[in-house]
Amino acid sequence: MQAFTTLTGVAAPLPLANVDTDKIIPARFLKTIKRSGLGVHLFDTLRYDETGAERPEFVLNQPQYRKAEILIAHENFGCGSSREHAPWALLDFGIRCVIAPDFADIFHNNCFKNGILPVRLPREVCDRLIEDAKLGGNARVTVDLERQVVVRPSGEEIPFNIDPFRRGLMLGGLDDIGQTLQHAPAIDSFEGREKSEKPWMPEISGV
Amino acid sequence: MPNTKPRTLFDKVWDAHVVEQLPDGTCVLYIDRHLVHEVTSPQAFEGLRMAGRRVRRPEGTIAVVDHNIATDSDRTQPIVEEESRIQVETLEANVREFGVPYFPVTDARQGIVHVIGPEQGISLPGFTIVCGDSHTSTHGAMGALAFGIGTSEVEHVLATQTLLQKPAKNMLVRVDGVLGTGCTAKDIVLAIIGKIGTAGGTGHVIEFGGEAIRALDMAGRLTVCNMSIEAGARAGMIAPDDTTFAYIKGRPFAPLGEAFDHAVAYWRTLAADEGAQYDTVVVLDAAEIAPQVTWGTNPEAVLPITGVVPNPADEADEAKRVQLERMVSYMNLTPGQRLTDLKIDVVFIGSCTNSRIEDIRAAAAVAKGRKVAPGVWALVVPGSGLIKAQAEAEGLDVILKEAGFEWREAGCSMCLGMNPDRLKPGQRSASTSNRNFEGRQGPGGRTHLCSPAMAAAAAVTGHLADVRELV
Repeated sequence: MQAFTTLTGVAAPLPLANVDTDKIIPARFLKTIKRSGLGVHLFDTLRYDETGAERPEFVLNQPQYRKAEILIAHENFGCGSSREHAPWALLDFGIRCVIAPDFADIFHNNCFKNGILPVRLPREVCDRLIEDAKLGGNARVTVDLERQVVVRPSGEEIPFNIDPFRRGLMLGGLDDIGQTLQHAPAIDSFEGREKSEKPWMPEISGV
Repeated sequence: MPNTKPRTLFDKVWDAHVVEQLPDGTCVLYIDRHLVHEVTSPQAFEGLRMAGRRVRRPEGTIAVVDHNIATDSDRTQPIVEEESRIQVETLEANVREFGVPYFPVTDARQGIVHVIGPEQGISLPGFTIVCGDSHTSTHGAMGALAFGIGTSEVEHVLATQTLLQKPAKNMLVRVDGVLGTGCTAKDIVLAIIGKIGTAGGTGHVIEFGGEAIRALDMAGRLTVCNMSIEAGARAGMIAPDDTTFAYIKGRPFAPLGEAFDHAVAYWRTLAADEGAQYDTVVVLDAAEIAPQVTWGTNPEAVLPITGVVPNPADEADEAKRVQLERMVSYMNLTPGQRLTDLKIDVVFIGSCTNSRIEDIRAAAAVAKGRKVAPGVWALVVPGSGLIKAQAEAEGLDVILKEAGFEWREAGCSMCLGMNPDRLKPGQRSASTSNRNFEGRQGPGGRTHLCSPAMAAAAAVTGHLADVRELV
């Protein structure tokens, strides 16, 4: 996973609430066995018409947002399915940070596993950032995870909160499996204790 | 250290699975059961392979194919669609390489992952259960803590049998009273989502309780917990009771004989303690719940079947008004239009929400002696091969086929538009599945969620209909 420290880039405004994972990437594109290559299908139905042609009005089709690295949206971003294809598609397109008033839980988790920083900021702050983002390539937004601030094009700094454990993993680009395996002895003894305390506990065998 | 504070069902299952608590409160949480399917696992197995890791506990893991397989073809023949075939073959290669138990498509036990877990006695009370699918919340009906995870977490569980998690908040949704005729578990859960909203449960685990929940059979409880995620909750749970224990007894992977008695004694301790505190409490009266149907493009946009399409102009909040306008337009509706006037093109009875034998019986009861309306394509897709066989033993397939329904093999089918069963652009469906998002059942498709009985009523009348007028 790529570490996330500071990102300065173009922010794309997406002032929609309840952007669900079917909108981010429809299920018909989940048949891949790879993580990469999904960016072309990001926001498929919003981005392309029935013939597959780009809808010029959709934000990521506009020239100034084609290289956007930050997305700013409204409430309950990422609701719906657990598909990690949603953050994979965002990442493959080039989005490294999503700013919204709140996120659905599983999507929020999945972002951290892929080096995408989800930043929660109040609705009115998101709306101010959306106004900034509407300036397109003329307005670059900085997201500084080390200092936990979003810097507006005006230079104004907006602090944000983030779980310190997850912040650490993001800053270090750390694999949490490796992290957890440091607790392997504790997992072993937990399993041993369960076996002796609940000997009736069945296993899936003989399938 | 004895814990004297009264605890909820969630608290108890959580506490029993904390391997270690890190200084910031993050817990290494032990996972008892990991359900794996073809869509969200290939990249996880690939990750294990690249890191030289093994599956830590194959005997706590079960794999099955459900999402992308066709349900209308001969299961002994190769899968036609190439990408689907590759995904299924990849799963088969992975389960062989890593020694994971697996129900292939030709096995009668194959079915939708959230149907087969309880059916096989794999999902049991007090367990932690995860799967790379948001509807894992279903298994909470057993009294388990069950939730959906992403593919990175699938890999994490495969490698460590644990997850890094922080405890959720507790929400109690109590449904008092007795449901009216023609009303079901699906109507209860749609009414709950209508009340609290699609983000109403975010950050919480919902415990469902109250007289109306206690009165539900296991199929109904599984339906309710299945849709917890549509209220944004991390999981839904129902305390295990005699209904649960009777359901589990004798299932293939459940404890047997004396072991079963020991298990029940433990399971009885899981119910919330007297005085346990919930962060949020929501109360509904079952008697006030009419058959529900969604009209818009998220499950919170739901109304009693007697309702009319809302007028976005009545909404004061601008952002909400814009969203309502988009829904009305996408669904091709007119404000004030009666829901029962909406003509239906497709009826889908199936999915992890409503594909159990009880659901098929409810649909057949409405279909019996009637015909699917002209121009309506109606399909019934059992949740597992065993449910299909049971329905056939009861003659339900004959009733449904005589009425003009298609009778299918087990799978996810038209719930999610990633296999051949899809809506065409502009088609309107009455569906027993769980999501009515734009394009969920196929690009441009328009979905109305409802119970199996309501879906069958729509099939035989050709429009959304009040099943109470047919029973």
